[in-house]
Amino acid sequence: MGPNLLANYGEAVAAILFCIGFTNLLLQTNLIKKIIGLNVMDSAIYLFLAEKGYIAGRVAPIVVNGVTSTEAYINPIPSGLVLTGIVVSVSVTALMLSLTIRLYTRYHTLDLDEISAQLKKEGK
Amino acid sequence: MNFICNFPFFSILLSLFSGTVCSVLPAKAAKVVNRVVIITVGVMSTILLLYLLSTGEAFVYWMGHFPAPWGNEIRAGVLEAGMALFFCIIMYLSMAGGAHKLYGEVVESKHSLYYILVNLLLSSLLALVYTNDMFTAYVFVEINTISACGLIMIRQVGRTIEAAVRYMIMSLLGSGLLLFGLCIMYDLTGHLLMSNIKESVGQLVTSGEYQIPLIVSIALMCIGLCIKSALFPFHAWLPDAYGYSTVSSAAILSSLVSKGYIFLLIKIIYRVIGFDIFNSTRIIDVLFVFGLMGMIFGSISAIRENDIRRMIAFSSVAQIGYIYMGFGMGTQAGMVASVFHILSHAATKSLLFIAAIGLTDVSGGSRKFIDLTGAAYRNKWAGAAFTAGSLSMVGVPLFSGFISKLLFSQAAVQVEGKMLASLIVLGISTVLNAIYFMKTVIRIYTPFSETGYSGITFKDMKGYCIVLVCFIVLNVILGVSSQPIVDMIEQGLAMFA
Repeated sequence: MGPNLLANYGEAVAAILFCIGFTNLLLQTNLIKKIIGLNVMDSAIYLFLAEKGYIAGRVAPIVVNGVTSTEAYINPIPSGLVLTGIVVSVSVTALMLSLTIRLYTRYHTLDLDEISAQLKKEGK
Repeated sequence: MNFICNFPFFSILLSLFSGTVCSVLPAKAAKVVNRVVIITVGVMSTILLLYLLSTGEAFVYWMGHFPAPWGNEIRAGVLEAGMALFFCIIMYLSMAGGAHKLYGEVVESKHSLYYILVNLLLSSLLALVYTNDMFTAYVFVEINTISACGLIMIRQVGRTIEAAVRYMIMSLLGSGLLLFGLCIMYDLTGHLLMSNIKESVGQLVTSGEYQIPLIVSIALMCIGLCIKSALFPFHAWLPDAYGYSTVSSAAILSSLVSKGYIFLLIKIIYRVIGFDIFNSTRIIDVLFVFGLMGMIFGSISAIRENDIRRMIAFSSVAQIGYIYMGFGMGTQAGMVASVFHILSHAATKSLLFIAAIGLTDVSGGSRKFIDLTGAAYRNKWAGAAFTAGSLSMVGVPLFSGFISKLLFSQAAVQVEGKMLASLIVLGISTVLNAIYFMKTVIRIYTPFSETGYSGITFKDMKGYCIVLVCFIVLNVILGVSSQPIVDMIEQGLAMFA
């Protein structure tokens, strides 16, 4: 396990970052910190994909000097997945932020537990 | 290729584009477009289902003329087409049953937005049902989440926004895990198409390589989808989201959105991992235990609830537990029971939500049990429908709930080691179900002399009453003529493999 971990240190870092983001999204009570956690979590996945998609010594799959051998280029699909994933995560972040703004203008706090307590007090 | 093979693609695109069109239409036109789209998709799914039943084999549809390892694919079998048809029926009835309430619940200027969200939800559900590509599935899972979040928060009160935030947080945790699991799976196999992944997974298992990453990837995908479909103990967001959103939203969310994710999980089990490989992992035991716990704790929370809509919402937690218990048995019979329960729960839960709104309307809008006393006399149709739904949930013969409980028990008897636990919990859960549903039914049929509330007759709300009758008929059809449906599910699952 030791040498594999060293060789794949990028993936290991991505996994650790994923856990950090996941825990933040789950356990923070502040909504903005939750959203930061969400972004850390998603970015960790993109790091993982980018790490896996890169092959040392090969270049981006754009034919420039007439080299058409597949040996010269990396696989473009992981990069494509990262792009799609970024689009998705941008839109959910925007949605979360807009919800946060609504809650903040209503309850003047970003603390989700406090908001729940206020809602209970309202009793509706 | 037969023209009918285009239908899955057409139905996804039609509902996606009608969402865009609705954004520029006035509310009334958007409503008509929405209804027409749901009916059209339903008709197309029916034709597709009949075609697939006559040919007896599933087909794969290339998106964009690229062959297997590179292109994106749609796949349709009996189960997919049947599920799409069923989703359309439930969605149409839920929308029709909640239409009269929409004016009180949503600001008039936002009505067209509501129909956009419903259309988007339909298209993402159809895509989840039909897609053969894992990453496409992930993208549509997110679209599903976003539109479901919109459906929760379109009724602008503090509770719904908070519920929407909680729903988003849990959903995003789930989709993060799903995406990570999917990426690991892609690294291991080098494919995104389900059939290609399955081949590679089979080779990995026989060669004994990369066993740990494989298990991690399967576990991440399963947990992700469990969180998204509100399996116990990930259900904290559910009662508020179902209890305070508009009635159509609650019916659609409880009966369709969570089922879409469960259906994706079934597809992953059969078409990505392989049923036998999935069963040889310990993950099914985890699903089994959490399913059992959900069945009991969901019902206990429902008993303690004093609000009729939140009670129905908590009952969903218990029913989702049933479905996962079926997965956990690890047999074909358990899976068939789970798929049947998806149908039966969807038909019953939306009926209960729609009927409950009729009862609360004639009780001054209050949802507390004490105010609901005698509500069934004031609105006879809703009372009868609620009773029918309750009987189905408890598992009385004639109704669909009985058949799913019967299928679950039959499946449990065949599984050594899990038989006793499943049967005991099924029994306890049925008793608990009976406690809270019968409590409600007795409450609404308790004579009450107060004249402060006005009653409602058939003439006042024809559309609503017709929808309730349709729901009851659907329930009875599922309950009485269950054998052809079970055969169809078996055939569909066989096509998956």
